[in-house]
Amino acid sequence: MKIVVAIKQVPVRDSPWRIDFSGKWIEEADLSYEINEPDAYALEAGLQLKEAHGGEVVALCAGPPRVAQTIREALAKGADRAIHIVEEDPGAPDPLATARLLAAALHGEAPDLVLTGLESDDLGYGQTGAILAELLGLPHATIVMHVEILDGGIRVKRELEDGWFQHVEMPVPALLAIQSGFSKLRYATLMGIKKAKTKQVRRVMAADLGVAGPEGAPAASVTIDRLYLPQRTKRTQLFAGSPQQAAAQLVEKLRFEARVI
Amino acid sequence: MSILAVMEQRRGAWNRTSFETLAAARQFAAELDTTASAAVLGHSIGHLAAELAPRHLQKVYAVEHPLLQDYTPDAYTIALRQLLQQATPSIVLFPHTYQVRDFLPKLAASLGKVAVSGAIAHRLDHGQLVLARQLFKGKVNVDVRFAGAAPHFASLQAGAYRADQPDPAGAPYPSAAVEQFAPRISPGDIRTRPLELFRESQQSVDLGAAETIVSVGRGIQEAGNLPLIEKLAQALGAELGASRPVCDAGWLPNQRQVGSSGQTVAPKTYMAIGISGAIQHLVGMKASRTIVAINKDPDAPIFEVADYGIVGDLFQVVPALVEALQKPK
Repeated sequence: MKIVVAIKQVPVRDSPWRIDFSGKWIEEADLSYEINEPDAYALEAGLQLKEAHGGEVVALCAGPPRVAQTIREALAKGADRAIHIVEEDPGAPDPLATARLLAAALHGEAPDLVLTGLESDDLGYGQTGAILAELLGLPHATIVMHVEILDGGIRVKRELEDGWFQHVEMPVPALLAIQSGFSKLRYATLMGIKKAKTKQVRRVMAADLGVAGPEGAPAASVTIDRLYLPQRTKRTQLFAGSPQQAAAQLVEKLRFEARVI
Repeated sequence: MSILAVMEQRRGAWNRTSFETLAAARQFAAELDTTASAAVLGHSIGHLAAELAPRHLQKVYAVEHPLLQDYTPDAYTIALRQLLQQATPSIVLFPHTYQVRDFLPKLAASLGKVAVSGAIAHRLDHGQLVLARQLFKGKVNVDVRFAGAAPHFASLQAGAYRADQPDPAGAPYPSAAVEQFAPRISPGDIRTRPLELFRESQQSVDLGAAETIVSVGRGIQEAGNLPLIEKLAQALGAELGASRPVCDAGWLPNQRQVGSSGQTVAPKTYMAIGISGAIQHLVGMKASRTIVAINKDPDAPIFEVADYGIVGDLFQVVPALVEALQKPK
């Protein structure tokens, strides 16, 4: 079974968020990056399927040269090889633009399964997987909690709202957007880290993928006006001082103002 | 120009957030000086369409087909594409539900479009619609607008619009015409086979009944630190809740999860410890009467809904809080 896992590199969670000069993206200079956590679960799902059923896991990642680090980590965790779509200055691409690159890079790969995380922790559109399925002409399911291999297809467990679940069956090839919490995440072993250095990474330039036709790239259907830090909608009474002082003030307010304890 | 709200139902029961979308569609239409219509998809859903008729809509589309009985992304995409061809709305709004997240990206992409997913607000700028959505888990907002030819697509975050807004005075269309729409779908078009819905097990933790909830988030760092929070919950006589990452990591069972994919709660007191407050969490607890947040990041979105807050290291603040609670009054 050949499994492609699309992964993304995003700024670490507690980054200092500053809007850049253009007002249309964030200041990237002082950020550090890591794998998008939902994609780490997709990678884990792919590795477990390979361990149970054999085959190959290919990590697929679009982004500037810095994403090589995230690709190396995926290889260290057990991916067999990787494809890096090099975008020099991606800014805030929309999910359709990204999916077009991913689809083009998969030309000739013919995977049985394509896995993605459910959403990205940066842009948070939650769409790349389902769009990629449409572009590749594959059936798909999102919010997938479990994957079972059947004869000629798969059965997945999808999470619905309010504690409901549903099994869905489909033929392969197929695309699955994996829900966070799918399984416990593994760490890379020392041996894995060592092996990763010898694994193949195919680099393709985004511009060479033929997504942009003679008239240039397809026009975006959604454009960014500006980024901004959200306004507080409600005034929080904050308690300062030492932890003891702050805690004492909070308890007093809860007792005598809110009267809830 | 016109607005179409696509309502969600499952087995004849509404997904309630659809009515927030319906209210938003009417509001957008009033502001853009155009009309709002609604559509509902399924099989034998005449009664649902009839329910929408008095809601001040220009038209209600009952999109009916036996193959729409159970949701599949293929059938929904095919049916909606055909409906859009006939109805030609300029803006199509959806509730940001799990089901919509499953098919809307595919529907939009099949028309070369990107949907604005999870919109939280809107404004008009020179007669053009500008939608706000969140980036970086709510730390940054972005305003976006549609470009190119209609139709344009957006899904609205739960809680962003109120479903119970009164009809604007003198609202047009006291009674909408219900139009039957029969899409052409054949069984061969549908590649996935949905099976029965099920629940895992009876919920043994009913957070909905708790008067006080102490919820813990990613800030707790590891499962070994949980006793700290348990002590606080004990001192307050509170139930223990958690944000999604804590349950995903297996540190607490899923039944304790508060938020859009867990339980929605509204206790007298809700204490969020080390929870930054992604919108998925906020929609599950923001109706609580008194909200307390303890977080090391003063810019965490949780402070947008908190009544009381302490900006600090939870590993210092929580023990101090337990001590203060145990002191006699």
